[in-house]
Amino acid sequence: MGETHLQRLLRSPLVWPIAGLALLLVVNLVNDPGFLRLGVREGHLEGQLVDILTHGAVTLVLALGMTLVIATGGVDLSVGSVMAVAGMTAGWCVTHGHSSLLFVLAAALGAGALAGLLNGMLVAYAGIQPIIATLVLMVSGRGIAQLISRGEVLKITQPRFEFIGKGFLLGLPFAALLAVALYALAQLVLRRTAAGLFIEAIGDNPVASRFAGLATARVKCLAYLLCGLGAGLAGAMVAANNAAADPFGLGQNMELDAIFAVVVGGTALTGGRFTLLGSFVGVLLLQTLTPTLVFLGVDPPVQPVPKAMLILIVCVLQSDLTRRWLKNLLPNKPAASVASRVEP
Amino acid sequence: MSPALQRRLPLLATAAVLAALYVTACLSYDNFFSARVAANLFTDNAALGIAAVGMTLVIFSGGIDLSVGAVVGFTSIFVATIVEKHHVHPVLAAAAALAVGTALGAGMGALIHFFRQPAFLITLAGMFLMRGGAFWISTQSAGLTNPLFNRLSLWELPLTDRAALKMSALVLLAFLVLGGLLAHMTRFGRNLLALGGNEQSARLMGLPVGATRVGVYAFSGFCAAFAGLALMLNSGSGNSRDGVALELDAIAVVVIGGTLLSGGRGHMLGTLLGLLIFGVIQSAIRFDGSLDPAWTRIIIGALLLGFILLQRLLLRRLEQR
Repeated sequence: MGETHLQRLLRSPLVWPIAGLALLLVVNLVNDPGFLRLGVREGHLEGQLVDILTHGAVTLVLALGMTLVIATGGVDLSVGSVMAVAGMTAGWCVTHGHSSLLFVLAAALGAGALAGLLNGMLVAYAGIQPIIATLVLMVSGRGIAQLISRGEVLKITQPRFEFIGKGFLLGLPFAALLAVALYALAQLVLRRTAAGLFIEAIGDNPVASRFAGLATARVKCLAYLLCGLGAGLAGAMVAANNAAADPFGLGQNMELDAIFAVVVGGTALTGGRFTLLGSFVGVLLLQTLTPTLVFLGVDPPVQPVPKAMLILIVCVLQSDLTRRWLKNLLPNKPAASVASRVEP
Repeated sequence: MSPALQRRLPLLATAAVLAALYVTACLSYDNFFSARVAANLFTDNAALGIAAVGMTLVIFSGGIDLSVGAVVGFTSIFVATIVEKHHVHPVLAAAAALAVGTALGAGMGALIHFFRQPAFLITLAGMFLMRGGAFWISTQSAGLTNPLFNRLSLWELPLTDRAALKMSALVLLAFLVLGGLLAHMTRFGRNLLALGGNEQSARLMGLPVGATRVGVYAFSGFCAAFAGLALMLNSGSGNSRDGVALELDAIAVVVIGGTLLSGGRGHMLGTLLGLLIFGVIQSAIRFDGSLDPAWTRIIIGALLLGFILLQRLLLRRLEQR
């Protein structure tokens, strides 16, 4: 018995986030007919859409690593604090006279990778639940970041470093280009090799994967390492964009944005499947929400409220209870209700 | 090692760490060994402790509640604003805030239980909701001038001629006793531990799993709202930024107190000890003066890591038997 088109469409994890993004774009277009317009000023591409992509670049980088971690059935709560540590490390290097961009970037990425490695070891080798293991760095990372500068904001005035945050390459914002390139690379590596399958297998059933000969612990550890690396890059990007590193504000609540983007994008928190494209759309959706809310008259400090509402709605829609109920509403009722009764 | 001793090992380890820290601090800093400093450990950390009581019970059930810090901030600004600006009676305002906290907890519990969503995600959304709500009320702090509030925040129970317990410290002690009784003397407490130990078994035994789970998040929300009242009275003003990152400290206090984060095992006494460890570290850093306050978080993080690894080790031993 073939599925109806509607059923197949509803099952695709990408439908909801794309529909949501489209809705937001329409709302914005109604408000401001020039919303989608792109222009060129001083040789740089500009427009609202470019702004959204540029502001979203940091979250995009974070969400990439987070997608992998969540796909293994885990979660990384420490990325916000790790961003602060990496940003402060970069700031420290610049203020202490290291002018080589490569060195500064390597220091920030190294700090992130080290943090990711610690998380990965705790989860993969010590067998501690991910929420708890990453909580340690979430708590102490903020303290370490404050300690690097003794609680002060570090000013970073170095054009070469600032470039990775707000530079333009061939007329396009470098941060956004970097994020898009990373997604393309990740998609290529994960889907053209077996790596993506390994990650999904481990998220689905770690025991079975181990018996099938997968190096479960190593793959898991690698996912956290990459997530830490992403957080390190994200921290450097924020520091570069602000031309300053603030140990308190840098990366504040970013772990939430990253997790929310991944979940909204259709990657299940239970692990076992992931969609990078979904996470990409999820970040854009959250980023588009900000100008939309501003136009709807919601002040920036209050914006967490509608974001939280959105997440709760997505959670409820994604839950088994709602899916079963939706299935029963659609045609093919007898078959659907039998299938739903078999589920535990 | 006998099994009984092994079960108590986390608690004993916590007590040993507390004793070691306290003795070191007393030997290192003049005047640290005094009733005043000891009493202030309770007064200064009243809000954290009250929230940690609710967190302990949630963690018993195998869950986690990340919304408590935001509920503290919401309660603080909500009560201060409606009492000072809209002249609502303080008791009524406090009752309304407690109702909001409890209702939020119950709602989150229902989403977690009936829609089978991960607790950390739902309570994270709850955190966004309450923090955003607090900022919606006001982003400025509101000073308390209400006579009842002032009397409550100035009231003290004298212990010695220099040491005294403030109202909020007494509330904290009451909550610790209440939480201890609820956890270890009632059917609800037993159900919680059963649920945290193994949900499937709890369900098969016919325990009211749903009611227990919704109930424990509601209780945690109630505790968090009360913590917000205590913090507001202690600081003499309502602020929507109150309680930022308080949930992390509360979780750390509970875990350092020897309660198993995977649920099903723990003791309220441990939470008291964990709270005192937190307080001693904070006071010692304040006494020292030359150390950066950021060290509090780093030391707490390191202790958290140590206790988690200890728990893991013990659990592995228990599983091997």
